[in-house]
Amino acid sequence: MENRVSPLLITILCLGIAALYLPIAVMIGYSFNASALVSVWGGFSTSWYARLLHNDQILDAARLSLQIGVIVSTGSVVLGTLAAIALVRFQRFGGRLLLIGMVNAPLVMPEIITGITQLLLFISMLHLFGWPHRGALTIIIAHIAFCTSYVTITVQSRLQSADRSLEEAAMDLGAGPVGAFIDTTLPLIAPALASSWLLSLTLSLDDLVISSLVSGPGASTLPMVIFSKVKLGVSPDINALATLIICLVGACVIFAGTLMRRAERQRLQDTQLAER
Amino acid sequence: MTSTAAPDESRAEGRCAGSPAVIWLVRHGKWLIILPPLLYLFVFFLIPFAFALKISFADMALRVPPFTDILTAGPDSHIRLTLNLDNYKYLFHDEIYGLSYLYSLRTAFFSTVICLLLGYPMAYAIARTSKSTQSLLLLVIILPFWTSFLLRVYALEGIIRDNGLLNSALLWLGIVHQPLRIMGTTLAVYLGIIYSYLPFMVLPLFATLEKLDHNLLEAAADLGSPPWRAFVDITLPLSVPGVIAGSMLVFIPAIGEFVIPTLLGGQNNLMIGRVLWDEFFGNRDWPVAAAVSIAFLIFLVGPIALYQHYSGKQLES
Repeated sequence: MENRVSPLLITILCLGIAALYLPIAVMIGYSFNASALVSVWGGFSTSWYARLLHNDQILDAARLSLQIGVIVSTGSVVLGTLAAIALVRFQRFGGRLLLIGMVNAPLVMPEIITGITQLLLFISMLHLFGWPHRGALTIIIAHIAFCTSYVTITVQSRLQSADRSLEEAAMDLGAGPVGAFIDTTLPLIAPALASSWLLSLTLSLDDLVISSLVSGPGASTLPMVIFSKVKLGVSPDINALATLIICLVGACVIFAGTLMRRAERQRLQDTQLAER
Repeated sequence: MTSTAAPDESRAEGRCAGSPAVIWLVRHGKWLIILPPLLYLFVFFLIPFAFALKISFADMALRVPPFTDILTAGPDSHIRLTLNLDNYKYLFHDEIYGLSYLYSLRTAFFSTVICLLLGYPMAYAIARTSKSTQSLLLLVIILPFWTSFLLRVYALEGIIRDNGLLNSALLWLGIVHQPLRIMGTTLAVYLGIIYSYLPFMVLPLFATLEKLDHNLLEAAADLGSPPWRAFVDITLPLSVPGVIAGSMLVFIPAIGEFVIPTLLGGQNNLMIGRVLWDEFFGNRDWPVAAAVSIAFLIFLVGPIALYQHYSGKQLES
């Protein structure tokens, strides 16, 4: 009875997936509409894409978002990996419970609360020390704080399942603890580092609420620009922009998925060969 | 010095003995690993709540930053602490906060239930397909999660607005003669939350249903139990962890949601995230906004965190 799925279930599944994709498909359709009115089909046109290339506001915001995203994901992978090592390798230290709490809290904390409290901190800091001025820097600081949590949790689970015997062997052969870790365990957790880097990048690129709260005049990320345009009503160039973003991200996810599946298959083959 | 780390450290010390700096580094090196994330999160995640607490006891003031100091130096150079409880009293007097608290709870709760009712059959169907189909279907479900949340909410607007696809179709079919007004209603907020968070429900449900031992179901069938009975007695109880995990993943972000009520729910939507934003940017009353944040923390985030803590402990034992 393994592969017998009732037609009713199949129908629900297909309808569910269709419902997930229908709005996106419709939006992609609108992006090629020559008419600016959504209710009228004015024929096929790529004019909204051409207009997008000349929209400096959107291009600048996209560049800023990417720069912030790369710094944030790199910074939070470093901090999150350190936190994961601390939590897995050091079972007892002062502040361990505090660290566990601070790593898990951002996952249940509504973004708007995190954002408002961080803004209040930045305002007070600026008042007291004259630093930091609100803008890209405060966005980066705030993003690293919540991305670190996701990195820690991803890397922690990988680190827990990583075999320590190789590292111990390296130490017995004379490697220092740091050298042994870098040579043996780091390659084992590298996939987790890569995927948490990508996850942080996605979270940072997508964040609207915290960015809008902690940013100052002059620093507008892509979601902030999109949000202010969308709030005013329909804007056909946003359809084009959304189509580009969705296709790009979709291609990346499918590409990464295929690569990972191939690597997994290769690993399985290798272990089978080794066992023979 | 810890018991687990001690053997490694003494071994390392034995090798690098000599330079006192190296010995110091080996003995205290673990703090080089622990301190950066600990300090960072302490300063930029925990301290902000202390500031919010402080500001929630302050008064609104026409200056930069727009609130009074609660610590002031008195004339006799004693530091004086002035706690202003008006902001908290205001929360209980102005009924918008009570209403929006209940409205947010109700909206998040019913969205979670509907996500569960839709997501369960989807996850069940995926779990019943072959392995290769499974990974394809999972990719299809996850893909929207990786694309921008904001853009997906915007895309949904294209379906449900007055001249959107849904109304065009209904008008064309002659089912309605006037476009349905969905935008700006509570229904739109429900649709937005369900559309955005459905994948979060399907994935953990699939993870538990996939591990389900089919032998149990076959045994039940062999013993003459009808399929629905086997489902109620075996599948449903065994999938409870997935149900709870999925419900948490939908309920927690839904309750503080800001984008969906703002874009789909209209100007007067009562979701707490939107009300808080208005207090902050519209009225620029930061002390009240800080008080709302603290109350939010106590009445919503606190119970959820406690629940997760204790259910986690129960699972461990």
